[in-house]
Amino acid sequence: MTRTTRTPKTARDLAGDLRAIVGERHVRVAVAARATYAMDGLPTHRRLPDVVVLPGTREEVIAVIRLLAVHGIPFVPRGAGTGLSGGALADDGAVLIVLTRLSRILKVDARNRSAVVEPGVVNARLSAATRPHGLHYAPDPSSQSACTIGGNVAENAGGPHCLKYGVTANHILSLEVVLATGETVILGSPSGEPWGPDLVGLFVGSEGNFGIATRISVRLTPLPRAVRTLLADFMALRAAGEGVSAIIASGIVPAALEMMDQSCVQAVEDSVYAAGYPRDAAAVLLVEIDGGNADAVIAETELVTEILRKSGARSVRSAASEPERERLWQGRKKAFGAMGRLSRDLVVQDAVVPRSALPDVLETIAGIAARHRLVVSNVFHAGDGNLHPNISFDATDEGMRTRVEEASAEIMAACIAVGGTITGEHGVGLDKLRYMPLIFDAESLGAMLAVRRVWDPDERVNPGKVVPVHACREWTRRTDPGRQPGVGPKPDPDGSGDQGGLAGPGGFGDPRAGARGQLVS
Amino acid sequence: MTILEKVTALLGEGAVLETGTDRVPRIAPGSPDAVALLMGTAHQEGWRVRIEGAGTWLPSDAPADLALTTRRLDRVPAVEPQDLTATAEAGIGLDQLRQQLADRGAWLAIDPPGLAGRTLGSVVATATAGPLRQGFGPVKDHLLGVTFVTGDGRMVQSGGRVMKNVAGYDLTRLQAGGFGAFGVIVLVHLRLRALPRVDVTHVLEGSRDELTPVAEEIAAAGQTPAALELVSPALARRDRWVLAVRLVGSPALVAADETGLGRFAKLRAEEAHGFWMRLAEGFAVRPVTFRIGGVPAASDELLDLLQHQLGDEWISAAPAAGAIRWSGDTTADRLQRLRRTLAALEVPLTLERAPWAVRTAVGHFGAYREGAGPLVAGLRRTFDPGGALVVATDGE
Repeated sequence: MTRTTRTPKTARDLAGDLRAIVGERHVRVAVAARATYAMDGLPTHRRLPDVVVLPGTREEVIAVIRLLAVHGIPFVPRGAGTGLSGGALADDGAVLIVLTRLSRILKVDARNRSAVVEPGVVNARLSAATRPHGLHYAPDPSSQSACTIGGNVAENAGGPHCLKYGVTANHILSLEVVLATGETVILGSPSGEPWGPDLVGLFVGSEGNFGIATRISVRLTPLPRAVRTLLADFMALRAAGEGVSAIIASGIVPAALEMMDQSCVQAVEDSVYAAGYPRDAAAVLLVEIDGGNADAVIAETELVTEILRKSGARSVRSAASEPERERLWQGRKKAFGAMGRLSRDLVVQDAVVPRSALPDVLETIAGIAARHRLVVSNVFHAGDGNLHPNISFDATDEGMRTRVEEASAEIMAACIAVGGTITGEHGVGLDKLRYMPLIFDAESLGAMLAVRRVWDPDERVNPGKVVPVHACREWTRRTDPGRQPGVGPKPDPDGSGDQGGLAGPGGFGDPRAGARGQLVS
Repeated sequence: MTILEKVTALLGEGAVLETGTDRVPRIAPGSPDAVALLMGTAHQEGWRVRIEGAGTWLPSDAPADLALTTRRLDRVPAVEPQDLTATAEAGIGLDQLRQQLADRGAWLAIDPPGLAGRTLGSVVATATAGPLRQGFGPVKDHLLGVTFVTGDGRMVQSGGRVMKNVAGYDLTRLQAGGFGAFGVIVLVHLRLRALPRVDVTHVLEGSRDELTPVAEEIAAAGQTPAALELVSPALARRDRWVLAVRLVGSPALVAADETGLGRFAKLRAEEAHGFWMRLAEGFAVRPVTFRIGGVPAASDELLDLLQHQLGDEWISAAPAAGAIRWSGDTTADRLQRLRRTLAALEVPLTLERAPWAVRTAVGHFGAYREGAGPLVAGLRRTFDPGGALVVATDGE
């Protein structure tokens, strides 16, 4: 008997079948069309997907995933692509499934303060749609005008107001998820009470490794009836950090407590988002107090003002009007964009440290920057201890790129040394893969890999992200050792996970064609 | 060698406690590493292990070759009042932990059902939140990370000890409410609050029909009570239902919320303490306790259903959060029937506490939703490949 061997199909071979599912217009194979999806909000990682497919309904998502399952082709879910970890990039050989067309708000239940949405609904649009009911969706990443709820779920996104209201994980009630096989599972319940173990909690923040959420039920939060926004400025970074610690220790929980250092303030003030921050301050704090009762909010605002003054604030002023409040926030939320003015390229980190360590860590970061002759700007969620040091650089300067990589590693090490973690809201993706062994031992990383294989035994969904496989102690073997080689992630022995490191000329894309590092958020 | 002799050789005589009436050897490892050693050995030897804390919540009646109690894991390695975080071993009694935190001006905003000495690990493993869930969320919201030992003796850390953390998958949330099916929790990193400067409780008595709209009004008025709990007469030891409102926070915040409570009676501090303590302890008295979670608008209908199917026993409900806890005497059959009725309404029933015969028949979780069963089974196999941990998750 003669055995016939069938040549395995590649992602590209399936373009026709994909078109039959989603329509001609929604499958992209031309290089120029695919290049649009080669980066996320972090310009330092670039990967060109083999095929890009944009399903328009959950049924199309399921059909696409089933087709890919039959052929063992890996795939990567993607929302608006505003992420900051390289998490939504698809390797050569993988299909990128873009979910922005699934953008319907399916239900708003004002009485039970919940909504059901498709994954492509833009975060800010959900809040706008629920505002007439006196409700909003509380997690507010800086990219909220563009980022999608599906992406927020994948990354467990945060935002300034998560200090009081909690991150994405605190606001997801239930999920419909399509697994790598194309099977559908329902997790959680309409009230948010887990149905069995908390699989919703496990799914949120899994960075697309467990499947695609096609229906998302979220908790809505009443709009605060009273809000006060304070701007405090300090002549020393340390004093600002101490002000943050003092507010936290007082027991008052501000809605938001954000810090920007001088370099960031100047970048914002030089941009179209100028908010009236004092340019000569070493740091400014943006503090928001809100609540259901105006008298209580005023009383807490007075207490916070006093704490800030005692901590050495040069001045503390309250936004006198809603437009002024919006302007103060606009400066903060667009700070990343404004920092694009400082240099050709930018890397942003996302470490979290204990809040009492902030003053020391900020000084350490300043020291690292000075030693490596780099400009590091800080804009971050001080109330959570969630730092975002931004290093400005020029990727065409090889020496500078080396210094940036060294400084990044030193900043991360300093944050971990005080008991911190490597990412508070941006996710691991590709970008922080190499740092995972610094905070988790081989056994714990092995546990994560084993959990991933429960959801996705062949590791076909968003391969090569989150867990550095080489650093794991083995827990379970793949259930199907006969799976085709060559369809998974490329070998990545150093775990840095990239084709180009800090992308510069020579990386994918053409710098002359405007591949300059720009952050979307 | 008997199991007892092997364990003594492994962990020393100090780890072997007095054997209970069911003659199951009770072992109290003195460190997380000792737990890992014991579970690794149990896995190799094929021993079946039941997990216990202080022994005040779940009855110590699961059939097993040995009982692993966490009660010697009672250290608090770190309390950081400036950061409002703490790290505690799983076997510490919640009452002791509360005291140590209060001494440093910090507060864990969890008030679970059960006796005051219930262990932290027990509260986390069962995710049994009390009335404070209204203001401060479920148990999982208070966890920054956990360390656990799997059924085959591997030690796994998840999360960390900072406020925000998205490094890796959130295995902490799998452990919170996992009932020990995915491992033995040995260490917990906690998110704390500053000890509230004001903490007051107001109560109003009346029929359920009278009190339900009052609770709805309070929730709709933009007030932010720490607890808003509707308590059945038997549990409150009063003649009628009680609506209890607990307000905590700054004087300004509490004063503002108190203005809307004109018809309520304010309890003196010691009365309030006694009220909430009796409520918690009540749930450790009757043989069966479970919780259900419905949407707020369905609270009234769900209370009717419980009263109709199981009788008006000991009930505590947070109508604005949709959470209801029931305690009393009932059978596995009736619980299974109730669970089926509730499932049709998309309301999960979690069995929190019951004799083994009921637990094993009904299961803590029972049936799962579409497609989730294989995931739960896969996670169990991953974290307990030899089936060493005796936990009745699924029922019959």
